[in-house]
Amino acid sequence: MPVDYIPRTRDLYNDFTPYRWVVNETVPFTPLKKPIAECKVAMISSGGMMYRDQPRFHREDSSYRRIPKNARRDELNVWHFGYPTHDAEQDPNCVFPLERLRELEAAGVIGELIDPVFSFMGGIYSTRKVRDELAPKIVDELQRAHADAFYLVPA
Amino acid sequence: MTSALDITQSVKAPRAVFVNFPLGHQTGKPNEPELQRQIVADAMRAFDTITRPGTIVELPYVWDANDRTWEHRDYTKGWMPERPPHDLADAMEAERIARYSRP
Repeated sequence: MPVDYIPRTRDLYNDFTPYRWVVNETVPFTPLKKPIAECKVAMISSGGMMYRDQPRFHREDSSYRRIPKNARRDELNVWHFGYPTHDAEQDPNCVFPLERLRELEAAGVIGELIDPVFSFMGGIYSTRKVRDELAPKIVDELQRAHADAFYLVPA
Repeated sequence: MTSALDITQSVKAPRAVFVNFPLGHQTGKPNEPELQRQIVADAMRAFDTITRPGTIVELPYVWDANDRTWEHRDYTKGWMPERPPHDLADAMEAERIARYSRP
């Protein structure tokens, strides 16, 4: 059975003010205009990836990192306080499947992987920060890159 | 993708793919590129196959057929390893920055 993370979060953070979960009534949906094999695909990971000497994240951090799509594994680092990062440090593809996406692009499964790929650190308590600070900047990146599809990978 | 089905059902993302793995492994296990590739390929395919808004496709991959204890421990008190003390973390961070500044 899939884990229910909402009650787990309540228990884990029961010393804090109860978190107000986002509850939406409607689903925003835009059908894809083309098969994914013809699409320019952008990727973002909330796993806290950094490229080379890019600054580390901190709690409540609404910044994001732009990571070259040809980054080597030894050029990637992880910082996140909200999940055990040991496996992602060993192999970033657990939460940031960059190498796999490059292969799928070469194999024609996706039209193109947009350069750069993106990462942020998803341990952000403030919904407002994500909605009003982080999301508009990412939307701007996607529009400038003419992304057809956006692949969001959680940690 | 989603690593927390109940949260995504509440948020009502346009379309999502779910893998029932412990947090920190939504696109697979370390150094298992074939599994990772299958997961990501399935996620890409879902872009073509999902037509009903709000659909969450659950992929069939199982973390460990013989051991489901992670499902009880994930995101509970004590599930995270000890964090390194501040000064060690800062030293590791300084080393990371220096590593990439070396010619």
